[in-house]
Amino acid sequence: MNWFYFSSPSTFYRLAGWLAPWFFALAAILAVVGLYYGFVVAPTDAQQGEVYRVIFIHVPAAWMSMFLYFVMAAYSAASLTFNTRLGAMMARALAPTGAMFTFVALWTGAFWGRPTWGTYWAWDARMTSELVLLFLYFGFISLSNAFEDPRRGDRAAALLALIGLVNLPIIYFSVHWWNTLHQGSSIKLTGTSMHVAMLTGMLLMVFSFWMYSIATALARVRSIILERERRTRWVRAL
Amino acid sequence: MTAAALGSYPGGFAWAFSRDFRLAWRNPGETVLVIAFFVLVASLFPLGVGADARLLERIGPGVIWVCALLAAFLSLPTMFSSDYADGSLEQMALSAHPMVGWVSGKIAAHWIMTGLPLTVLSPLLALQYGLDAGTLLILAAALAIGTPVLSLLGAACSALTLGARGGGMLLALLALPLFVPVLIFGAGAAEAQASGLSASPQLSLLGAGLIVAAMALPAAVCVAIRIALD
Repeated sequence: MNWFYFSSPSTFYRLAGWLAPWFFALAAILAVVGLYYGFVVAPTDAQQGEVYRVIFIHVPAAWMSMFLYFVMAAYSAASLTFNTRLGAMMARALAPTGAMFTFVALWTGAFWGRPTWGTYWAWDARMTSELVLLFLYFGFISLSNAFEDPRRGDRAAALLALIGLVNLPIIYFSVHWWNTLHQGSSIKLTGTSMHVAMLTGMLLMVFSFWMYSIATALARVRSIILERERRTRWVRAL
Repeated sequence: MTAAALGSYPGGFAWAFSRDFRLAWRNPGETVLVIAFFVLVASLFPLGVGADARLLERIGPGVIWVCALLAAFLSLPTMFSSDYADGSLEQMALSAHPMVGWVSGKIAAHWIMTGLPLTVLSPLLALQYGLDAGTLLILAAALAIGTPVLSLLGAACSALTLGARGGGMLLALLALPLFVPVLIFGAGAAEAQASGLSASPQLSLLGAGLIVAAMALPAAVCVAIRIALD
């Protein structure tokens, strides 16, 4: 078996086209079940009332915003060290979805903060570092498109993604390092302080967002491949 | 082959440092502009928010830090671009000295020309804002540790945007978010001192950041320059 069979854009183009609908379908099913759990099955929170239900969007979006940056940086590192074309294309394909989830996390957080904390925004460590993450995504997207030669943009943006990686531990540990307004995590490896239906709904939404990210990245990487390889014979033959 | 022809890290550092320093010394316009910008913007704030002494004392450290950060940012676009445009960057890359050496030399020269004057001038501005002597010293100390980090981070961003479209704005989008931690701890140090706490945690964190940045970023700048020269 050839492990590098799918590292060629032409073969990966077909694989991505075949996989993307499956991931979209999976994301939709998980989202329907997750939202049913979140809005119907899960009980009302004793302290926060109905407002807490925003966590079914907020927490998965925040997790994905960090996770996607990590995956993007990993693809960037692979593309820089092994000089692969597809890795850089995947990093490019992931960036808009990551930026979208970062924005969703900030936006839903603001709507949750207004009734609960009494303010849309506080300059607390976690929010500020998440905002910096949003700008890192924007910087990555702008830098990758700022050059005539797309390969040059790939490499420069890949290096930027690796430099920006220092922000991830800051976001993740911000609630431990600083005594901030944003609460700590309710889910730990040793157990959780959440009702089981809440946890189920939230995890279902996490997987739904994850599958959605894969699906959009695959769909987007297909367009990038077509754009880059438009002069090759196999694209003309399509 | 003699040792000099082989090139070395200190050799490259000293050569690039003295070259950039001499260039700036004979053509001091840019350094003067950076300092003028710093003083000018810092003087705009009291006019904008009102000259209430208590308010100015409160916002002083933060405003001075933001002004220093913007002034340091202003000088970034030219850090490598003129050498890139006339081809001397390529010649330096071909020299016998290891790239990390002369890149560090250039960054050090950049700091001497921007970060150091800003640090030296900051007590003067702090007096205008009515900060007391202790806060003033901590502010200068935080700037002395923090501005080299800005030069290092800025060098990486400046090298990444060599030959890019929309240079200045793109550089702002890349560099300013990365400057945020330096700003938080730098302004936090003076703020802690002003409110009667110890500033040593913030200064220690800034120092740790400087060590990490000085070790990792020159290598990243080298990668960025190689990408640009490809």
